[in-house]
Amino acid sequence: MYAFNYHRPKSLDEAAGLVAKAEDGKLVAGGMTLLPSMKLRLASPSDLVDLSSVDGLKGITVSGKTVTIGAMTRHVDVHTSADVQKAIPALAALAGGIGDPSVRNRGTMGGSVANSDPAADYPSAVLGLGATVETNKRKIAADDFFKGLFETALEPGEIIKAIHYPVPDAAAYEKFPQPASGYAMVGAFVARFGKDVRVAITGAKDHVFRVPEMEKALAANFKADAIAGIKLSEDDMLSDIHCSADYRAHLVSVIAKRAVAKAGG
Amino acid sequence: MSTKVSMTVNGRKVSADVEPRTLLVQYLREHLGLTGTHVGCDTSQCGCCNIHLNGEAIKSCTILAVQCEGANVTTIEGLASPDGELHPMQKAFWEHHGLQCGFCTPGMVMVACDIARRKPDADEQTIRHELEGNICRCTGYQHIVEAVHSGIQAMNQAKR
Repeated sequence: MYAFNYHRPKSLDEAAGLVAKAEDGKLVAGGMTLLPSMKLRLASPSDLVDLSSVDGLKGITVSGKTVTIGAMTRHVDVHTSADVQKAIPALAALAGGIGDPSVRNRGTMGGSVANSDPAADYPSAVLGLGATVETNKRKIAADDFFKGLFETALEPGEIIKAIHYPVPDAAAYEKFPQPASGYAMVGAFVARFGKDVRVAITGAKDHVFRVPEMEKALAANFKADAIAGIKLSEDDMLSDIHCSADYRAHLVSVIAKRAVAKAGG
Repeated sequence: MSTKVSMTVNGRKVSADVEPRTLLVQYLREHLGLTGTHVGCDTSQCGCCNIHLNGEAIKSCTILAVQCEGANVTTIEGLASPDGELHPMQKAFWEHHGLQCGFCTPGMVMVACDIARRKPDADEQTIRHELEGNICRCTGYQHIVEAVHSGIQAMNQAKR
């Protein structure tokens, strides 16, 4: 990897200032994507700003019907949290299926969400639960957050502090993992809040997206069979050596059905 | 430009001036001469470079040495007793022939100890699942899984 300057600030303001001042500054959380990208020279920041010593970015709190998770909270901590397992078991299960145990000991929720990898797991939970992303500048609704391939609503120097997840009445995450990497070839996060249902799909297109026709069908009848006939167009699906576009379109229907069944429908 | 980093490795306090881009595994192997930690893929897939950072297994090819400031690091060299008595997990790998070429073994053993810490009741299926981040190119998984299972039991015994 190319040389860079390394910084370990203690506060969010200091971190934001360091990124702003740098020629091409990058924030690093767990580094599970950024460091491999730097080794491959796909990323070559002039400055790396490590968030690991910034106060107040770690931890899980449940208050009423909201679970708040600090951006630097690791996958292993979400997976093993008794609070998350009780309030949103689907989220704890999702975190336990990311990468492998050693990756989960480093990787963070904020890093995954800020990166918006098309095949990452966490974005589907953020969008599927209609979470709110809190940054050092504002609060962003999940529906406004994910913008494209590795692209989010975050502005330069904007740092995720925490994510607030509403507690659903029922939810489940199901994925068809790429066997070597564990990334989702297709993943579906389904959540029911009273009569409202949200369906978020990851892995299939350039970024996570909702499926309104499935949500409508499930709102009327929360059963896997209710969406059996809904097949998405393959036109804007990803296609790669692992999985062609038409196969991904097929998987979306299958995996979404499995997620609904897992959520009790 | 180099940065000073200090940490404890296998119980010994060490510090050095390193370039920020120095990976922990490079620091361990090239600066400290601890070549027991292997680099298999360098892309965080194979698990050969697993070490314990503050007691938890992580891949040392995907963390910078400077990120380990103040940390407690244990490598495969730090598992055995100072008198040479092997760690129960190392003994189990020996007894069950949990290796063929031996390249993946340090990472396997470090992760196996982490499984024992988190899941002392792990059964065969759990062990197979927990080892998904460790690749054995000899495909000697059958004996590795047996070794890990036996090692976990030996570690449980030692705790009593």
